[in-house]
Amino acid sequence: MKVELCKVVRGCRLGVWTGFGQQHSLELPGCLLYTRCATVPHLTQDTLHTLSCLPTVTQVTLDSLAEHHEVLEEFQEGVRKFAGLHDTAVFCSLHDPATTCPTGHVTNKTVSVWGSGGRIEMTVAKFMAMQALIQPDCYQSMADGDTWQTNTSRKRVRKAVDRTLAHLDECLLLHHKTALKNTAVFGVVEGGDILEERVRSARETAKRPVDGFVLDGFQSPAMEQELRGQLITAVTAELPLEKPRLLQGVGRPDQVIACVEAGVDLFEGFFPFQVTERGSALCFQYSVTPDPEDAGSPPPTVLEINGERPAVEHPKENEDGNPETITQFEMNLKDIRYREDFRPLVEGCDCYCCGNHSRAYVHHLLVTNELLAGVLLMLHNTAHYLGFFRALREAIKREQLQELKTAVTTVDLRGRK
Amino acid sequence: MSLDVNNDIRLQRFLTAIKYIFIYISSLLQKAFLKNTSWYNSRGVTVNKTFKMAAPVAEGATCDHLPSDMAAAKSIASAAPLALRVLAECPVSKARACILTLPHGVVNTPVFMPVGTQGTLKGVTVDQLEDLGCQICLGNTYHLGMRPGPELIEKTNGLHGFMNWKRNLLTDSGGFQMVSLVELSEVTEEGVKFRSPYDGREILLTPEQSITIQNSLGSDIMMQLDDVVSSTVTGPRVEEAMRRSIRWLDRCAAANRNPHRQNLFAIIQGGLNAELRKACLDEMMKRDVAGFAIGGLSGGEEKDDFWKMVTLSTDHLPRGKPRYLMGVGYAVDLVVCVALGCDMFDCVFPTRTARFGSALVPWGSLQIKQKQYAKDFQPIDPDCQCATCKRHSRAYLHALFKSDTAAMHHITIHNISYQLTLMRSVRESIIEQRFPEFVASFMKRMFPSRQQYPGWAVDALASVNITLD
Repeated sequence: MKVELCKVVRGCRLGVWTGFGQQHSLELPGCLLYTRCATVPHLTQDTLHTLSCLPTVTQVTLDSLAEHHEVLEEFQEGVRKFAGLHDTAVFCSLHDPATTCPTGHVTNKTVSVWGSGGRIEMTVAKFMAMQALIQPDCYQSMADGDTWQTNTSRKRVRKAVDRTLAHLDECLLLHHKTALKNTAVFGVVEGGDILEERVRSARETAKRPVDGFVLDGFQSPAMEQELRGQLITAVTAELPLEKPRLLQGVGRPDQVIACVEAGVDLFEGFFPFQVTERGSALCFQYSVTPDPEDAGSPPPTVLEINGERPAVEHPKENEDGNPETITQFEMNLKDIRYREDFRPLVEGCDCYCCGNHSRAYVHHLLVTNELLAGVLLMLHNTAHYLGFFRALREAIKREQLQELKTAVTTVDLRGRK
Repeated sequence: MSLDVNNDIRLQRFLTAIKYIFIYISSLLQKAFLKNTSWYNSRGVTVNKTFKMAAPVAEGATCDHLPSDMAAAKSIASAAPLALRVLAECPVSKARACILTLPHGVVNTPVFMPVGTQGTLKGVTVDQLEDLGCQICLGNTYHLGMRPGPELIEKTNGLHGFMNWKRNLLTDSGGFQMVSLVELSEVTEEGVKFRSPYDGREILLTPEQSITIQNSLGSDIMMQLDDVVSSTVTGPRVEEAMRRSIRWLDRCAAANRNPHRQNLFAIIQGGLNAELRKACLDEMMKRDVAGFAIGGLSGGEEKDDFWKMVTLSTDHLPRGKPRYLMGVGYAVDLVVCVALGCDMFDCVFPTRTARFGSALVPWGSLQIKQKQYAKDFQPIDPDCQCATCKRHSRAYLHALFKSDTAAMHHITIHNISYQLTLMRSVRESIIEQRFPEFVASFMKRMFPSRQQYPGWAVDALASVNITLD
């Protein structure tokens, strides 16, 4: 398996990741399909498949699967079949990117995951046994990523790097002994926010025979994007070109673009889910082709478009990382302003929700706590996010990345794409 | 209805001729209008050309008396927005299979109507509901009247437009919720007075207001506001409620702004008192309503009393109008009450119980969240054709319940499928004249042994000549 690059523009890699799963391939930069217990949140296969162009790689996590090891052991045929998944490749990561794990539970020999019943501790042996039960097409090796809190000491960061490398070596040993030898394994690059450790981790991990790299520990919302970009650039400089780089825990569109410029290929697709859970719909612009209706008129400004006030009075960085905080990329449909707004969520969106329902209806569902709100919002948000990634790939191809950045960060309340 | 055409060949021929003339004219006009309707339909506006022009009324006109020539022409031209055609009747019991034609399409009866209280069937899209074969579902006047309110729904061309459901809708009056959900509600002749749980205001729901809200919702069938008393209440209150319900029926009928596209159903009351029920039947049947509901039951009374009131009602209700038994949804109850002559049913049970992980099957129900299903790799029902059973195992659903709401949706879809499939099978068996055999095998599948058949069900079925051995 490898990445076939077709273009590199200002650090952004455009290409295709191929040779995994059953002849699957994924265009880069791209995102994985986020799931909980191997189901896209709120969606059944019927509703899921109203979406076109789903990512060919589905992400499952040990956070939600570890507690089911007994069933999987009895079932014997892996999680894809157990969950009745469609034809998709499966990537298994350690943690659920949409939830923050409690810290302080990592030891020299173990890491922990959190299922519905509480904490489950794992050694490398148990970790690999889980992988054998899940039977993914690709997985990340066990890692100590417990360094994302601010003011993590240098010593702790160094320990994380060392442990992760040790876990990787142990994983690889077991990997080659078991049925997993035909599965792809990704090494994990740690290093907190310390440049030297990041570089060390990247170099050392690159020496191992891994099929790709996971960049961990960048989740902290307190980390400035600039620092993140610098660290990632330094990391990717050490990594071979033909192996994919997956960045964990980053999903905001502006941060995605910045990280693609730093050399990242793959992202976890959890951002649409977080937006859904706060009752919001993604509405940020990602079209860079000029809209004929705008010809001759000045570009929209943040405030007072058609007399509307912005959904977020002071759009700000999601600094506190609180999942409840509304970002500038979405409209919060619980807001009373949408009560009699009969337009689709986003004009021109071809998702099931926009094709069939109005903002007013979704608002009503949210106000009345109806389950269908989650279904419709998940469909729209996923469609919008995938559309953004398509636009990102196009923008790299046409060298219009700056225009895309401008479009994405402009708050346009007309809700058009 | 008793358009007793078999006894008057000349009248029959006259009506048939009128029917064909209207069908011809309607087809000409439909072709002219057809290309304009798709826009209307997509916005939930009902275009009932078929009903304005050529309702197939010769087979199911809603007149209760033998019409004069003028009355016949008038009844067809006035285009009642409901027609019932009895396709088949069980020669043994009182079961019948019909086609009920409403403004938003055809409904095959006997029918189970899932309940979508707040303008949505919990967690299920309208597409999924359509794919399951649902032809009619319920919306709730009380809840929707509170949120988002009738004025807003009117702006979206009614509840059809608001929730984007293209098939039929039935709305209840709001009366039941007012009494059951709201504390300290007070019933007077004027209406039901209660305190809104949302903002504490005192609100009065009158028959006129209930109909006004339902007119705004635009449902195909509206229920009258009735004075509801629990079936466990006895004494003069029962008769008072019954008499008031009759008066409220008249007020509801007078208040209906849209008699040509919205049907009003009466609700027979009278508690568990045969005389009161009969009195109510006699009175309400004098009114020209589109259909009759049997109300005031399924509220905790003894099943032995329940079925007797049901069968008393169907004994007297007109053949040519639909009979809707409110609040009944357990499989056994459905089958028995079909045998007793009911056509339409609704209940929150199948969809509500799904959210608790209870999956309905022909032999009872499975509590999927229980440990015994953790490693059970069969689907819920190996014979079920629903999307859930075709793809997922009990074990997976058991696991999923710990993580995501989609687990509830899977079971909801299955349970609706179970109910609709059950009714479809009942219907087929009536049409194929083997309903009693169907009932026998249904009971056998549902209960481990003959001794466990519920006594009331055996009695009820026996009363309509279906003996279970």
